[in-house]
Amino acid sequence: MQKQEHPHKFMKYLRSERLPHIFCPGCGNGIVMNTIFNAIEMSDKDFDNISMVSGIGCSSRIPGYVKCDSLHTTHGRALAFATGLKIANSQQDVIVVTGDGDATSIGGNHLIHAARRNIDLTVICVNNDIYGMTGGQISPTSPEGSYATTAPYGSTDKPFNISEVAKAAGATYVAKYTTAQPVQVSMAIKDGLQNKGFSLIEVISACPTYYGRKNKIKTPTDMMNWFKQNTITLQQAENMSDEELVGKIVTGVYINKPRKEFVESLDDLIDKYSDIKSEENIKKAYMSD
Amino acid sequence: MIYLNDELCKGCYLCVNACPKQVYTPSDKLNHKGVRVPIYDVDKCVKCQLCTLMCPDQAISIEDDD
Repeated sequence: MQKQEHPHKFMKYLRSERLPHIFCPGCGNGIVMNTIFNAIEMSDKDFDNISMVSGIGCSSRIPGYVKCDSLHTTHGRALAFATGLKIANSQQDVIVVTGDGDATSIGGNHLIHAARRNIDLTVICVNNDIYGMTGGQISPTSPEGSYATTAPYGSTDKPFNISEVAKAAGATYVAKYTTAQPVQVSMAIKDGLQNKGFSLIEVISACPTYYGRKNKIKTPTDMMNWFKQNTITLQQAENMSDEELVGKIVTGVYINKPRKEFVESLDDLIDKYSDIKSEENIKKAYMSD
Repeated sequence: MIYLNDELCKGCYLCVNACPKQVYTPSDKLNHKGVRVPIYDVDKCVKCQLCTLMCPDQAISIEDDD
């Protein structure tokens, strides 16, 4: 068959027998998947050395389609599981794919404390402004005035800015882009993978099925155009007032300031108070000698 | 050459939106699931690969002719 002779350039990273994936037409998760593979190809990381961890949600189904060690964990606890995975074997590169509700609502505590500890994880937070999997409820990042199943008259809450939260909590690399900027997202994920420390890449993603339908931007194309119209850079945002910034997506690298990493600090402690080197410990646990 | 996998395409038309050269256009051609898959004009393509990044369903593959 001609189709299998000319597969997509990232098909080698996917569990092709599970395709087509479950995501709705125009869902941003597929684009995020492409950008992850693009970033891995651009960086010096070995795909076989990568583990992916996710919680619950639409975006958390991404690791299930990727041909690497993947862990689908309980709601909001992806970062807790990933912390354990990273400390148990600090040689591997751990990518956490999480949604906005998963990261900031149910797992909000884990997010700020993982950022505070500065553990070497690359967190890709797919922010679609709504709980897509459970039927379109308001999430902590839904913009003020947006409609959802649980907000038929519009949301009255002020949304979280996940990137600012992570920056304030102590993350060492934070970037925010939309799915309309796949090249920038790839570069940010690449930088996040290479950064030794907690990296958070927030990707504003389209949910035409729930967010779009409830907010009169029904088609995937309309949602992309909506992103393009409302995206501004951090430099542009500096000269704007709070009223002007309502509804705008401020993209760019929020912080890139490395500091001492959590596992390194642990290794220093182990070296100081124990005779067993931490690398030997890992070998003993995994190689059985 | 552009290869569009009809079985994976879900008809979101993000390729139509993303392509800077308007290679893709919506059509009435149906795949086996009843999705209207886009048609494409190979001559306009400059192989920037943006559609392969933007396609959420990994349906488009672009290869060099030689």
